[in-house]
Parts: sequence; C-alpha cells; structure tokens
Amino acid sequence: MNFTLHIWRQKNSDISGEFVTYKIDNIDEDTSFLEMLDQLNEQLIAQDQDCIVFDYDCREGICGACSLVINGYPHGDKKATTTCQLYMRDYKHQTELWVEPWRAESFPVIKDLTVDRTSFDDIIQSGGYVSVHTGSAPEANALLVDKHSADEAFNSATCIGCGACVAVCPNASATLFVAAKITHLSLLPQGKIEEQDRARKMFQKMESEGFGSCSNHRYCERVCPKGITVSNITKMNQILGWT
Amino acid sequence: MSNLYANEPTGPLESRWEKHLFNLSLIAPQNRKKHKVIVVGTGLAGASLCATLGEAGYQVSSFCFQDSPRRAHSIAAQGGINATKNYQNDGDSVWRLFYDTIKGGDFRARESNVYRLAELSGNIIDQAVAQGVPFAREYSGYLANRSFGGTQVSRTFYARGQTGQQLLLGAYQAHSRQLENDNVTHQSRSEMLEIIMVDDKARGVVVRDLVTGEISAHTADCVILCTGGYSNAFYLSTNAKGCNTSATWRAYKQGAYFANPSFTQIHPTCVPPTGENQSKLTLMSESLRNDGRIWAPKNIEDCEKNPADIKEEDRDYFLERMYPAFANLVPRDVASRAVKHICDQGHGVGSKIHGQRLGVYLDFSAIIEKLGLDAVAEKYGNLFDMYSSITGEDPYQTPMKIYPAPHYTMGGLWVDYNLMTSVEGLFAGGEANFSDHGANRLGASALMQGLADGYFILPKTVANYLSRNPLAEVDDNHPQVVQSLKAVRDRIQQLMHAPQPKHSPEYFHQKLGKILWEACGMSREADRLNQAIGEIAELEAHFWQNIKVTGVDNDLNQTLERAGRVADFIELGKLMCQDALMREESCGAHARVEYLSEGGEAKRDDDDFSFVGAWEYKPEQPMLHKEQLNYEFIELTVRNYK
Ligand SMILES: Cc1cc2nc3c(=O)[nH]c(=O)nc-3n(C[C@H](O)[C@H](O)[C@H](O)COP(=O)(O)OP(=O)(O)OC[C@H]3O[C@@H](n4cnc5c(N)ncnc54)[C@H](O)[C@@H]3O)c2cc1C
Ligand code: SF4
Ligand code: FES
Repeated sequence: MNFTLHIWRQKNSDISGEFVTYKIDNIDEDTSFLEMLDQLNEQLIAQDQDCIVFDYDCREGICGACSLVINGYPHGDKKATTTCQLYMRDYKHQTELWVEPWRAESFPVIKDLTVDRTSFDDIIQSGGYVSVHTGSAPEANALLVDKHSADEAFNSATCIGCGACVAVCPNASATLFVAAKITHLSLLPQGKIEEQDRARKMFQKMESEGFGSCSNHRYCERVCPKGITVSNITKMNQILGWT
Repeated sequence: MSNLYANEPTGPLESRWEKHLFNLSLIAPQNRKKHKVIVVGTGLAGASLCATLGEAGYQVSSFCFQDSPRRAHSIAAQGGINATKNYQNDGDSVWRLFYDTIKGGDFRARESNVYRLAELSGNIIDQAVAQGVPFAREYSGYLANRSFGGTQVSRTFYARGQTGQQLLLGAYQAHSRQLENDNVTHQSRSEMLEIIMVDDKARGVVVRDLVTGEISAHTADCVILCTGGYSNAFYLSTNAKGCNTSATWRAYKQGAYFANPSFTQIHPTCVPPTGENQSKLTLMSESLRNDGRIWAPKNIEDCEKNPADIKEEDRDYFLERMYPAFANLVPRDVASRAVKHICDQGHGVGSKIHGQRLGVYLDFSAIIEKLGLDAVAEKYGNLFDMYSSITGEDPYQTPMKIYPAPHYTMGGLWVDYNLMTSVEGLFAGGEANFSDHGANRLGASALMQGLADGYFILPKTVANYLSRNPLAEVDDNHPQVVQSLKAVRDRIQQLMHAPQPKHSPEYFHQKLGKILWEACGMSREADRLNQAIGEIAELEAHFWQNIKVTGVDNDLNQTLERAGRVADFIELGKLMCQDALMREESCGAHARVEYLSEGGEAKRDDDDFSFVGAWEYKPEQPMLHKEQLNYEFIELTVRNYK
C-alpha cells in the first residue's frame, strides 16, 4: 500500500506550524498506523532530517499517550479505538491522510504532533481521589459494593486520559474526562462521601485551566476510545445539583 | 568473587518482618520535612511510594519520562494481583503463597523477602479498595477472585482485563493528592541519566528535560529507583516502547550490583509476530489459559489448513498431554518452552517468518459452547476485541494464534532485605530490583511486589536509613555534581556526533534484539552465548562509530532518547549473556540446553548454583559476587507439573 501523508510540523509552541507532505510506499496492511510513522521517521533519518515527534508508549490502547487527529477524527474514524490500535488495513480506501495534533487551548502543541496535557493531571490533583490516608486502610471485605455499582464504576474508571474528547469538542471542553472520574468515585461507597466537594473542585479546575463548557454536542462519546458515555455527564450534573 | 550478605533478620520466618520493623529507626513527624528524597519512576512501585512518603511528611521529588505518571507501563497489566486473603476458603494462606512463589521461581529467591511479600499481600488489597479501585465483585457485594497462572487456589483479584490500569490509577490518584498537598513535587517528561555519588553515597540524580533538552542536577538524602524492567533489550517485547534500563544501568555503572540479569521471562500467550517492521508484541492475558485450550495440528500437512477443517482427533492438546495435572495452567516458562518445542518440530501455525510458522492455537470453542457467547464476552470481551483489532480475526469464531514473547525481567538491581542496593542510599523497588521472583515469576505477582515495595517496605526502610545517616546538604557546585552533569552532557554530544553517522537507533536495537532472542531467549547454550558476547561487543563498537541522531539536542528529540536507551541496552545485553553463560544449570526461565531433561524440563544444580549472581561493574570485566541462598524453611524439590 502507498500513502500520501500531510503531517503537521511545528517547531514549538511559539511558532505556528504547517502541513508538510510526505510519500510512503510498500506499507504492509498488518502494519499499525504508528509503525507506518516509524517507517517514515526512518526515511527522514536516512535523509538527515529531524523526525516527526508524536506521543506513544504502550501501543496497545491503554496508556492514553497516543493522540493524533487523522483525516479530521481524533484517534481516526474507527470506533472505540486509540491511534496506536489502528492498522493500515483500516485505510485501504483512504490513501491520502491528514495527520494533526489535538487542538485545544489547554493542550498547547509542544512540537509537531505532541501536545501538553498537564492540565489533565492538574484536574485530578484538584480532587480526583478518595482522601484516604495512604498506608492505613480497613479490611477490604468490610465494605460491600453491589456488583452493578462496581461494574458501572469500572466502566467510568476505564478512561485513559487521552484527551480525544477535548480535541473533538467545538468548545474544547473536558467535561467527559472530568465526569468519568467523578462518576467512578461517586458510584462507590468509599468515594461517595466527598462527592460534592470533589465535583465542585474538579469542575472549577477544569474551567480555570481554560477548557470550555459542555453544550451537549455529544461528539466526545463518539470519539472516546474507551466508550465513556455522556450518561457520566448527567450523573456529574446531578451531583453538582444542576438538574 | 566474594560473598554477599542480605542483612536478613534471623529467627522464625513468621516474625522476621515484624521484628525487623521494630528494629528499624523511626523519624519523628516534625523532623520528616527536613529530609529530601528522590523517587525516579512513578509506576506502581514509585507512585505508591511517593504517596506513602508524602503522606508521612517527607519532601519527595519524583520523575517520569512519560507525559504523565498515569501512563507508566504498569497501566498495561491485565490479569490481576495475588493476595492471600483466602476469601474463597480453598486452603490459601501466607505460607502457601510464599511456597508457590519460591517454587514458581525454581528455588532461586530469598526466603525472608518472599515470605514478607506474601504477608503484606492482603494489605495491598485493603489499600486499593479504600482508594476506590473497582475490583470485580460477586453478586453478594464481596470481592471476587480467580485462579491464575500455575496455582491451584483462587487468590487473584482483578478488574476485568485492566487490573494494572485500575491499581495504577489508584496509586496515581494518591500521588496526586500529595502533589496537591505540596508534600511531593513531580516532573514528567524527564529522564534520569546519572546518579550523583558523594562520599560513596547516592545523593542525587541528573535529569534531562525531554522537552527542552535541559540537563539539571537534583540532590537529596537518598535516591530510590522504581524504573521498571528491561525486556525491551530484546527489541520486540510486550513492554511499552519507552521501557528501558537506563536508570538501572547508570546505577550499575556507579557501583550498584546487577543481579541475575539473564533471568528474563518469556510469556507464552502473545500475538505472534507478523513481519519485519513490527514495533512491539502484544500480550494476551494469561487468564485466557483458564478457559482456552492450547493445541497444534498433529500432522504437519494440516498446519496450513483452516483450523475449522482440522478434525478433533488430529489436534494435539500438547500441554494437556505433557502435563496432565496442570495442563493448560502450567507456569509460563514451562508453557513457553513447550510451545517453542512444538513449533521447532514444524507443527506451528500462521504465516511463515524466516521459513518457520511461529504460532499455536488457543481455542475457546469448548467454553463458548458450555457457557454461551455472552458469558465468555463478559469475562474476556476486551481481550478478544484487542486481538481482533490487531489481527483482523475474530476469536469468537476462529481460535486465537499465540506465540511466546519477552515479557518480564526477574533480574535487576541487587537489593538487600531493606531493598537497598549495594550503593548506600540507593534503593530499588518494583521490577527494577531483582528481589522476589527467583528464576521465574508467577502470574499476578509483579503488581503485588511493586505495591508491597512502594506502600509498605520502602517507606519503612528509607526512614530507617535517613534516621541513621545524618547528611549534610550537597551544594549545587559540589565537584561531584559538576562532574555528573558534565558526564551526561558529554555522552549526549557523543550520541549526537558520531564519527560516521550512518544508522538510526532502531537499526542497532533490532540487531541487538535478534542476537539476544536467539542466544539468550527461550533456550541458551554455551557456544551460542560466547558467540553472542563477541557479536554484541562488535555491535557496541559499531554503534558508537555509526549512530545517527538527526535534529538537535536542546529540543524534544525522540531519536536522541532512543539512542541513549539503546546504548545502555547493548551493554546490558552483554551482561545478560555473560550471566547466562556463567550459570551452568537450568532453572526457571533460564534454560541451558546442556542442562535439560529428556522431556525438556529444567535441571537445577543446587549444589553449585543455589546463589544469586550479582555483578559489579569493572571497566574491563564485570566481577561476580554470590549471595548464597539458604533454605531454612522449605525443602528444595524438583518442580514437577506433570
Ligand atoms: C502487558 C503486560 C501485562 C502484565 N500483566 C500483569 C499482571 O496481570 N499481573 C502482574 O502482577 N503483573 C503483570 N505485569 C507485570 C507488571 O505490570 C510490571 O512488572 C509492573 O507493573 C512494573 O511496575 P513498576 O512500578 O516496577 O514499573 P513501571 O510501571 O514500568 O514504571 C516505571 C516508571 O519508571 C519511569 N522511568 C523509567 N526509566 C526512567 C528514567 N530513566 N528516568 C525517569 N523515569 C524513568 C517510567 O516513566 C515509569 O514511571 C504485566 C506486564 C506487561 C508488560
Ligand atoms: S473520556 Fe474518553 S476521550 Fe476523554 S480522556 Fe477519557 S478515554 Fe480519552
Ligand atoms: S500508545 Fe498507549 S494508548 Fe496508544
């Protein structure tokens, strides 16, 4: 398979970037999208050029590091998938690809396709935890959790903090990310106690980090690689007393 | 060669940790703020340690190379975490987990440490539940368990197929809470490249800011490395791409002994490699072996066929045949070797690479028939989805194909009972140390070890060290600080400006991976190891002559990051082969073909090799130190899973 790639190159956050066009040939269909970029980078090294920078680590859809907008879709147009889980066989019919970084004010571009998502860590630091003293905890089975709540909490807890929901949102809102953590902890008795305080702090932090607010476009749940649904947002709104 | 002692307490096994705790010095709460501690790595071990030290009131600085601590490689652990709660009332106990771990490690781990690990395991679950880790539950609301990899009791706690993710997020959140409380400071996108040694003690680190390329020194009273394992030495492994040995290797070069580097675990159930440009291999959780049956075609002619067309009587369920008692649940090393054996004999399936088919079937048809599609999807849905997105095949319809891949490293920095390395003031936790798994790790016990180290052991032993070693502050202009900074800068310049830049870091990494996989992978042999040591020495020279890094060093430059890591992997690779060559026996994952039984089982030599091999760096040849393993409480037996 042969591809024409238009890739966003940007030296740093102070300088604006541009698309640069590259050609890459003889790509096997079992090659992953990121492996295709690896091969392109090998070509660039051979031509004495600086490599294209993009974030990745696990390459199996769980660490949340990878983050590319491909032909307009964060993580590509395949449902419930991260960029690192895309394979070139998924692109049989699109031989021209536009690859960009997440675009949001609160995720400034660091270089090329890499953005700074520290704002997500800051939101968790503002209250995304149970305030238990580390080192002392009661016997685990002293606290019963009904299976349904535990399963639902797990579903919300699978958020990988990738930021695709922000990248796709016309308001660059982080509401889905915030709501997922609030819902996860509120569904469990150990997290229930602080739920209002936590929700208020995290929400405020989201706003002060410059993320927009939610106006129900619901694009976020369509691109979320972990299938986090907007019902998490409904739940958060209930906790915040907004319904 | 010299003997090495681990500072273990004596007396009955059950009371050693308690007694030791009593003897460890404490630091009064109001004095803790005066002590500065550096933690490198914020995976399970590092994040849990930072949270605990921060909670206690120490000044902690942590570093990781990812863009957030939440992305450490621990996030990828799938199957679960062991703990001896005995909730299932199936005869589990601290003693049984201790015994299983020692036996699973083929009698090459330290009794005192392993017993302590088993003792602490239950408390980890308490801690995680209190943090809101959503473990699987029964309808009654109690925690659920499953049996996992080579054990006959159900002691594994899990959160669907994402246990590592949920445990790491729990620790990350606890770490975040301390960051909010200002007890801990953290720097992401930072790579540790040197240990600063002052008066023979570890007093700080040199770090490269991966965004700006800035090199900075950070000093403290002690340094703890929780920087994970080195499976990526093999190039292709189940580890995240960034996993590296650089931190532990720098420590080795500064005098910390590296123990059992050749003890590396090859995991039996991974998606087979498909081509030359592959960047990593993906693990399919071991839990799949609970319900999936492994087989290969009996007749070589059938290997090309669609598995659906191979008759039941023509299928060889070889693990069930070879190991009737444990069948598909034999430990990882045993299963991996059996799969390799079957493929080497030409019974492999899947596409041919270098003329060989590397794969066997892992078949779920029986369990789907028994429990129904929904029940199987509930248990393994995410794993099946992952498999089908990688391979384009549907495991609900057609059996998975699997093949072994490098996965975990039992070897690592040598540590004593306090988890301190042979360098004073330098500690190591999690996969970075060599401690508890001997020559082979049991499933679901790495998460347990990382968290036991971070939540419960290191906070106590580090406090003891701080209290017993009053230290003057190290000035930023101290000659050792200046020299360490210079060493790091020089090395970067060497990487940036090789005499004849020609090949990318990937080029060298792939070459190293191939040498190691063939010589120091699932089976090892003296001649081949000797040859590999020569090849790696050549590769090393070739690397420094021809490494090509484009771009500049004062910038985000992933090529430079990779080059530095590959350089360290090359040196480590050589030590792995030397260690494998030195150990003239087979044990656990270390299979020397000269020392295997007819049936391919490891033949240990307890008289001559019942020791931990700890290597000290010397410019010419590394020097071996032996820590003799004395089994006071259990009897050494031949592992037998038949
Ligand atoms: C796919 C997979 C599945 C697994 N499943 C299980 C399972 O089900 N059960 C189980 O018990 N175990 C499992 N394991 C093993 C287990 O996940 C790991 O052994 C464990 O998580 C390691 O934790 P750690 O904290 O030691 O290291 P890691 O989580 O690897 O963290 C290392 C940290 O060090 C940092 N770091 C590394 N080098 C540097 C440097 N030079 N400078 C600065 N920072 C650095 C990283 O940024 C990171 O924060 C699995 C492993 C894999 C690969
Ligand atoms: S909610 Fe979904 S899209 Fe948003 S950060 Fe979490 S996993 Fe990514
Ligand atoms: S690289 Fe980890 S989720 Fe994509």
